Amino acid sequence: MLHIEDLWVDVHGKEVLKGIDMHLGKGETHCLFGRNGSGKTTLLMTIMGFDGYEVQHGKITFKGSDITYMPLNERAKLGLGLSFQRPPTLRGVKLRDMLRLCGNGTDKGLQLAIEYGFETFLEREVNLGFSGGEIKKSELLQLLSQNPDLTLLDEPESGVDVENLNVIGDMIRRLLEKDKHRNRTKSGLIITHTGFILNYVTADKGHVMLDGKIVCHGNPIDIFERIQQNGYEECAKCQF
Amino acid sequence: MPVLNNTRENEEDILKQFKPANRAQVVTNLSELDKEEILRLKKTGVDLDAKNRIGTFLQTNCGVVSCNCEVKGVEMLPITEALKSYDGLKDYYWKLIDPDKDAFTRETRDHLDNGYFIRAKAGQKVVYPLQTCLYIRNDKVAQRVHNIVVAEEGSELHIITGCTTHPHLTSGLHIGISEFYVKKDAKLIFTMVHNWAEEVYVRPRTAIVVEEGGTFLSNYVSLKGVKSVQAFPTCTLKGKGAIARFNSVIVAPEGSHIDTGSRIVLEAPETRGEIISRTISYGGHIVARGHLVGKAPEIKAHLECQGLMLAEKGVIHAIPELEAHVADVDMSHEAAVGKIAKEEIEYLMARGLSEEEATSTIVRGFLNVKIEGLPKELDEELQQAVEECHKGM
Repeated sequence: MLHIEDLWVDVHGKEVLKGIDMHLGKGETHCLFGRNGSGKTTLLMTIMGFDGYEVQHGKITFKGSDITYMPLNERAKLGLGLSFQRPPTLRGVKLRDMLRLCGNGTDKGLQLAIEYGFETFLEREVNLGFSGGEIKKSELLQLLSQNPDLTLLDEPESGVDVENLNVIGDMIRRLLEKDKHRNRTKSGLIITHTGFILNYVTADKGHVMLDGKIVCHGNPIDIFERIQQNGYEECAKCQF
Repeated sequence: MPVLNNTRENEEDILKQFKPANRAQVVTNLSELDKEEILRLKKTGVDLDAKNRIGTFLQTNCGVVSCNCEVKGVEMLPITEALKSYDGLKDYYWKLIDPDKDAFTRETRDHLDNGYFIRAKAGQKVVYPLQTCLYIRNDKVAQRVHNIVVAEEGSELHIITGCTTHPHLTSGLHIGISEFYVKKDAKLIFTMVHNWAEEVYVRPRTAIVVEEGGTFLSNYVSLKGVKSVQAFPTCTLKGKGAIARFNSVIVAPEGSHIDTGSRIVLEAPETRGEIISRTISYGGHIVARGHLVGKAPEIKAHLECQGLMLAEKGVIHAIPELEAHVADVDMSHEAAVGKIAKEEIEYLMARGLSEEEATSTIVRGFLNVKIEGLPKELDEELQQAVEECHKGM
C-alpha cells in the first residue's frame, strides 16, 4: 500500500526527516510514537503532499505509483486521506456541503452524520466554533465520505472527552474496516501520544520516531508500554 | 487606476458625457423588449413572468413601460403621477435628502425622468415581493429617477429592484434618489441588484427613516463590472426599538471603482443596527464604508467589513467607523481584508478538490451572506453569477 524509501525532508530550510524507511501493507494499521517535534506530523504532511514539505531525497510509493512529487489533490483522488489536527474554518461553507464535496456528490456523509448524532452540525459553517471533539468528528465524517484507502490520522484522540472517545474509536474502526478480518483493504497510519486510541483500534505495528528517524519498530502495545515505563530515550535503544 | 474625486468639477464632467433620458428612444410596450433583454432583466432579479411577485414597475430610459400591482393594499405609481395626484408629495419629496447636496441631486430635481412611488397601506402585510426595474436601454443616456417608498404603520413590504443596462451597451449614467419611510411597527425589505456595464456611472442617493418598532432590511448585490458607483445610504432610526440591517455583496472586476457603504444613525433608545459587507476585488477598486452613529442609550450596533483580494492588482479600502455620543451604547466592528488563506485551499485539496474548485468553494462561502427574504430563483441567479465571475477572473 505505502512504501517509503530513505526519505529526507526539509521544512523552512530545516532538515526534519532524515532518512525514513517504512512499509505499510494493505489492510494494516500502523502507529507512530515520538516526542513533540520528532517529525511525526511532518511525515504525515509529506505523505499527503502539503506545500512547504520539501523532499530532498527518497521516494514515496502509494498503491504502486510514485507519489513523491504528485499534487495534493491527486494523492487524495488516488486514495490518500488525512484528518487535520487543527483544520481551518471555512466561512460560509456548511458542513453539509463539505461532506457532499468529500463524497464526490453523494449523500453518504449526511447519512453518517445522522447516524453519529451530528446532524445539528450539518447547517453549521465548517469548524466554526467547533470544540476539539466536534472537530475530530467532523474530520472523520469527511474522511468516511471520502473513503480513502490509506488514512493518515494525527492524534485522533486529542481534545476528545472519554464519552466521545468511543464514538471516535468507532468511526476510525469503520474507516479502517476493522470489522473485516479477511480481505481488508483499508489501511491507517496513526500518530498517538496518549496511546488511548489503541484501546479502541487495533494496530499491527508501531514505529518510534526520534529526531527525524525511525529508531524502533514492533508490536505497538509493547512499544507503548515500554515508552510509558522508560521514556523515549530508552526506546531508542530498541529492544524489539 | 480611476480615482474617485467627488469634486464639483468631476460631477459636472460626468454629467456632461451623457444625454438626458428624455431625448432617448422611448419604449411603451413590454413586447418591444427582445428575448436577450428579458433574460438580462431576469439575471438582475426582475422576472417578467414571475408568479411570486405581486407587481412590476419597469422604467426604460425615461419611460414607464409597466406599473401594476395586484395587491389592493399596496399602491404603486410612477412618481411623476404621484406628484400630481398627491399635491407634490409634500411630506415625502426631498424631505430626507437635500436637493442641493451635489450635482446629481440638483440634476434630478431639475430634470426628473421618472421613478416610482410605492406605499403599503397601514396593516397591509405582503408575502411576495414587488419588483421594480430601472433599465437604461440606449448608450450614453443619463437616467434620473426619484423613488419614494412608504411603509405605513404595521405594514410589511418587500421590494426587489434590479438596475441594469441593455446587454449590448457599455456606457450610461444612473442617478437614483430614494427616500424611504418605514413607519411605526412596519417592515421594509429592500433588495437591490446592480448589473451594469463597463462604462456606466452610478450615483444613488438614498435616505431612510425608521419609526418606533419598525424594521428596514437592505440587501445590495453588485457582481458585474461598472465604471464607477458611489453610494452611501443613510438610515436614521428615529423611534424606540427600530432596527436597520444592511447586507452588501460586491465584486469588482478590473476597471471597476465601487465606493459604497451604509450609515446607520441610532437616534432612539433600544434601536439596533447592523452593517455587513463582503467585497471581492478581481483587480477593481473597492471602498467599503460603514458608519454607525450611536446617539441614544441602550442601543446595539455592529459593523462587519470583509474583503478578499483575488488578483495582484486592485484595492480594497475598508473604512469602518463607530461614533458614540452617549455612554450607554454597545457598538462594535470587525474588518478583515486579505487573500484566501492557503491552508483553506489545501484543506479542500486534501479532500480531492482541484485548486480551482477549492478556490471557488471558498469564494462562494465568503459571499454566502444570509440574505433575508431573497426568493429562491434570485438566490440561484446570484450563485450562478458568483460562479461566472469567478470563472472569468
